[in-house]
Amino acid sequence: MTERKFPPFTEIGMLSLALIVIGGIYLSSHIPQHVPLGLPIALLIASTALVAINMALLTRVRGFAWDRFFQVGKWALLAYLVTAGLIEYAFLRNHLRGGPLVILTLSLLVYAVQVPAMIAFTVARYDTPGIDEVDGTLAHGA
Amino acid sequence: MAEITAPPPVAHEAEHAGPPRPLDFEIVPMKGLPIVAVIMGLLIAAIASNKLWPLTFFHVAGGAAWTIIDLFLGLVLGPIMGKMSVPARIEFTTKLMPKMVLIMPVVVTATLAAGWQLATYLGTNLSANPLHGWVVASMIVVGVMAILALGLLEPANIAVLFELKKPRPNPAVIERLMKRFIYSAGILGAMQVATLVIMTKLSSG
Repeated sequence: MTERKFPPFTEIGMLSLALIVIGGIYLSSHIPQHVPLGLPIALLIASTALVAINMALLTRVRGFAWDRFFQVGKWALLAYLVTAGLIEYAFLRNHLRGGPLVILTLSLLVYAVQVPAMIAFTVARYDTPGIDEVDGTLAHGA
Repeated sequence: MAEITAPPPVAHEAEHAGPPRPLDFEIVPMKGLPIVAVIMGLLIAAIASNKLWPLTFFHVAGGAAWTIIDLFLGLVLGPIMGKMSVPARIEFTTKLMPKMVLIMPVVVTATLAAGWQLATYLGTNLSANPLHGWVVASMIVVGVMAILALGLLEPANIAVLFELKKPRPNPAVIERLMKRFIYSAGILGAMQVATLVIMTKLSSG
């Protein structure tokens, strides 16, 4: 199998996820006490930066199957926005307010973008530009 | 996990019977989507009601399904699949993996969302609670599991289905992705043992 060279998209994506998970656990473990927000904010910024770096590295790959990436990514994004919305609802249901709510909401956004991107990348890396090879609906193949 | 050493049947047939055709299966089983919608609706209702029984039901039922699926897939089905013939493995994969695309996100979301609400209801997520340390431990275990599942397992699940849908699937790609899927499931299965220890401690006080 001839291996094409790709940036470490999955590895960086998992690191990005790990940072927001650490921030989320840190915040959750302090409830209902006052939580110092410095660490979670720093983790969120670093995680967001990794998402940006990841996408930037991917745009430099020649011949990447972007059509497949976006085709898979948009449906995965929809699915993960639903799950993120459900988690957000649980936060709001429990009257989470202020800084912790903002940080957790933004962390959920990073999650809802990064996970679909990793799914779309894993599919697209084994594809060739142009999606003619697999027919065009999720129900029947793509 | 045995290696896939021959091309899938589609490629063989192609040599004798005209241009290759993709395998006939759905990557996302559309018939399952209404069931997913109903479960999600009931989950939202359970969280909104904030009552002990529905929250316990979703957390325990979802958690049990999550644990059992991970353990069974990683430690039982995985080795069995590795010993199957290539055509049998491909047929099994095209039957199993689309269902996993719907089942796992629903099971995980139900377990976590109901679990958090249940912890809030019981007060075990408050830092003053004597069991708080166990709850934080469970969050750490689940966090690690989520990173592995979302970063490795789920993308491999989707990607292998796309590869199998191609007129000429690449056996090496399928082998690589299936290895990634089964090994990830095995690691998650092992980590589920830690979850069982924590959850039985939490439920017994």
